[in-house]
Amino acid sequence: MLLIPCPYCGERDEVEFRYGGAAHVSYPEDASAADDREWSRYVFYRPNPSGRFCERWVHQHGCRRWFNLVRDTTTHEIAGSYAIGQETSA
Amino acid sequence: MRRLADGGRLDRSTTLAVTWDGREIEAHPGDTLASALLAAGITEVARSTVHGRPRGIVSAGAEEPCAYVQVDAPRSEPLVAATLVEAVDGLVAAPLAGFGRLAGDDLERHDRRHHHCDVLVVGGGTAGAAEARRAAAAGLRVVWAERDTGPLPDLGDDALCLSRTTAVGSYDDNLVMLVERVSSTRRRMWQVRAGEVVLATGAHERPLVFAGNDLPGVMLAGAARTYLERFALVPERAVVFTTNDAGTETAEALRAAGAAVTLVDARAGHAVVAAEGEGRLRSVLVAPIATPADAERVECELLAVSGGFEPVLDLHRHRRGGVRWDAPRACFVPHGTVRNQRIVGTAMGDGLPTVAALWLVPGGEERHAYVDLQRDVTVTDLRRAVGAGLESIEHVKRYTLVGTGVDQGRTAKTNAAAIAAGLLGREIAEIGTSTTRPPVEPVSFAVLAGRARGPRFEPVRTTPIHAWHVNHGAVFEDVGQWKRPWYYPQPGEDMDAAVLRECAAARTGVAMMDASTLGKIDIQGPDSAEFLNRLYTNSYDTLRVGRCRYGLLCRADGMVFDDGVVTRVAEDRFFATTTTGGAAAVLDWMEEWLQTEWPELRVHLTSVTEQWQTVAVVGPRSRDLLSSAFGAIDFSNEAFPFMTFRDTTFHKRFPARVSRVSFSGELAYEVSVPSDAGRLLWLGLWKAGEPLGVTAYGTETMHVLRAEKGFVIVGQDTDGTVTPIDLGMDWIVSKTKPFVGRRSLTRPDTARPDRKQLVGLLPDDPSVRLDEGAQLVLDPEQAPPVTMIGHVTSSYRSAALGRTFALALVRSGRERLGEPVYSPGADGITAARVVEPVFYDAEGLRRDG
Repeated sequence: MLLIPCPYCGERDEVEFRYGGAAHVSYPEDASAADDREWSRYVFYRPNPSGRFCERWVHQHGCRRWFNLVRDTTTHEIAGSYAIGQETSA
Repeated sequence: MRRLADGGRLDRSTTLAVTWDGREIEAHPGDTLASALLAAGITEVARSTVHGRPRGIVSAGAEEPCAYVQVDAPRSEPLVAATLVEAVDGLVAAPLAGFGRLAGDDLERHDRRHHHCDVLVVGGGTAGAAEARRAAAAGLRVVWAERDTGPLPDLGDDALCLSRTTAVGSYDDNLVMLVERVSSTRRRMWQVRAGEVVLATGAHERPLVFAGNDLPGVMLAGAARTYLERFALVPERAVVFTTNDAGTETAEALRAAGAAVTLVDARAGHAVVAAEGEGRLRSVLVAPIATPADAERVECELLAVSGGFEPVLDLHRHRRGGVRWDAPRACFVPHGTVRNQRIVGTAMGDGLPTVAALWLVPGGEERHAYVDLQRDVTVTDLRRAVGAGLESIEHVKRYTLVGTGVDQGRTAKTNAAAIAAGLLGREIAEIGTSTTRPPVEPVSFAVLAGRARGPRFEPVRTTPIHAWHVNHGAVFEDVGQWKRPWYYPQPGEDMDAAVLRECAAARTGVAMMDASTLGKIDIQGPDSAEFLNRLYTNSYDTLRVGRCRYGLLCRADGMVFDDGVVTRVAEDRFFATTTTGGAAAVLDWMEEWLQTEWPELRVHLTSVTEQWQTVAVVGPRSRDLLSSAFGAIDFSNEAFPFMTFRDTTFHKRFPARVSRVSFSGELAYEVSVPSDAGRLLWLGLWKAGEPLGVTAYGTETMHVLRAEKGFVIVGQDTDGTVTPIDLGMDWIVSKTKPFVGRRSLTRPDTARPDRKQLVGLLPDDPSVRLDEGAQLVLDPEQAPPVTMIGHVTSSYRSAALGRTFALALVRSGRERLGEPVYSPGADGITAARVVEPVFYDAEGLRRDG
């Protein structure tokens, strides 16, 4: 079970969190202008890399706030967390 | 084996009553069940699982592959190694026959604790003790766990020293599960999150593979030495067969204790090529390895074997820690590191003797040469696996099951890898060893569950009105964690009769339902209307204060996700209801959009599901009932129209809200009060309704009433693949404003004309009720595979219609109105006709009473 650093509460057990998939997949600014291909990419396609991955989590049973996490999908090593809306920390 | 008059770590002044297989045997404090059995001269303690061969005690510890027993008292344990069972007064055990059995009465109660520490040291040996002491001296918070009985020395207040405790699994970020044997009947599971894990788990011995090596009386050499030194047990005549110095030392120790010992040293070119005896060891054949036919028979009761030693690396391997082959010591040793974990002492391979590796002793019958005693895998089986073309040790494992027993194949895996490598003409270093997974030793489900059982595992949620429902004979239905009244059978009524009666009351008189479990969300802030506009398929900026509107939510893929009624309480405040089961998910969904996509919107969301209790009052006489209960309100249709609400007070002090919403098509109201007043409200409305013959109804009646009107239930008539258009609810989908999921409704797939669409079904025989979930076909005579065109989502008997009816999702359903469909079932084929999904009061005349 991962030990996840919530940017607002500190390190907590994974059971307190809910996973939210890949980070930095924004809702299209004007969805109605998206063609079928662009829209289907937003709805159905997500990156699934082996290695470093920026993903969203919510501290469901804590502060209930969303944030981004950088995790290595192979080793589960967590490089850090940062607020929604921020760019990936280096 | 014979017990010496003194020596060992036993309290001979106390004799314990231990029963083995119905027979009293003698044991002392300090004994294990295994040592007590050996002292009693009992060598056969189990039958092997596949071949049914007699098996004895092989080890003195957790690596035991054979001596798994059933313990019946003091705590029922159906599968436990005799070497790990402490002898206590009243211990009752027996050979494990087939699958173990649990005690009939479920009295198991175990604890679970969470703990955090700087350093967790696993292992109470020399290396572990040094690590634990050093960490404690440095002022760190220490947990120190040792499987054996201890006790461990006190390391101060910041140290938790646990003997009789096994670390059974190591997980991400150093979460380690420990099982402590608190008493003979109680276990405590420790969930420890450690800054650093130090593994001082030592090593265990490995047997040798030769014909008859599974006979009771064949034992690991180190175990023979443990039984001698700790349990004061000495054999009359023993043979020690070794590949290393540790075995030689055991031979010397046994000899010093008075046993007649023959040493067979592989390093000197000799081997035991076979063990002999019926049911137990009587003699061995000793021969030069080069000429195994030149065998000499040696009589003995004990054959102590040492094929080398294996560092205990389970916890390291759980974390995918690497190992490499160490040829001089003939074992896998740690290779590479696991973050924040160290391995020390013997577990690193330190101090292990040099081994003259001998994998398969030649000269004996391979079908009696056991590689895995727990799984009954022989050399013949490995040869068959390799002959079948399997080259990976993981494949050999799956084919033969070698190493998959409850002992985790501790004594088997290296021998299996080495022998498979030999058969493949490769090196063991290339072959490697198979994966190791938790738990290290069997852990019962009762221990894993701890006290999280029944309602402590899954909470039961009830409303403040629950006791009334119970007292009035309600049958309950689980909706999420809620207990909701399903129907209220009167004496002599079955479910159908009760539901027909409740439905008739709601359509002709007045009926009441506890609707408190509906999810309720308080939405506040100046951008609330904009927020709801972006989420719901219809508009909320146009909703006037004081009015309510039914709304649908879609996910981004355009599929219906939830529904409910949204009330505008003030310019900047809305109150949304959700389905009972969807309440948490809807709130989470709203929060997600608010936080991750639209943080600029000034909106706050609060769950108030438990804060408000709601009673639905339904039927043509509901206006009469409420007029009597709330005299201050003008309930006339003109003054209090459909989809509006009135705030008032109840019992002079409780705020109350009466909303005119209807999920049945009848004139209906929902009354909400703070939870404290929920029961009073129900009783007050009931009293007001008694002169009108008010009837309580449950969720089944609610379902029938709404289905008669063609109102869907999200999650019953939808399943995450259904759009609002599929439901025929185009009227609620805004064409002018964006909302989440709107773009998906024009995707080629969602715009297909042949999607499954909501329709009504009327069975040809009005007394036959279709099964919910039943598949529908167009041609019941079609040869398989039959083309399925949809399924029944809701199906009921209707009091109002005097017949059965159903809702269904049918491919191109709206084009099939009037056409027949068929439902093939176990009792034959039911024919039905496709109709509009509104069965009752299609004109909506009953809404205003």
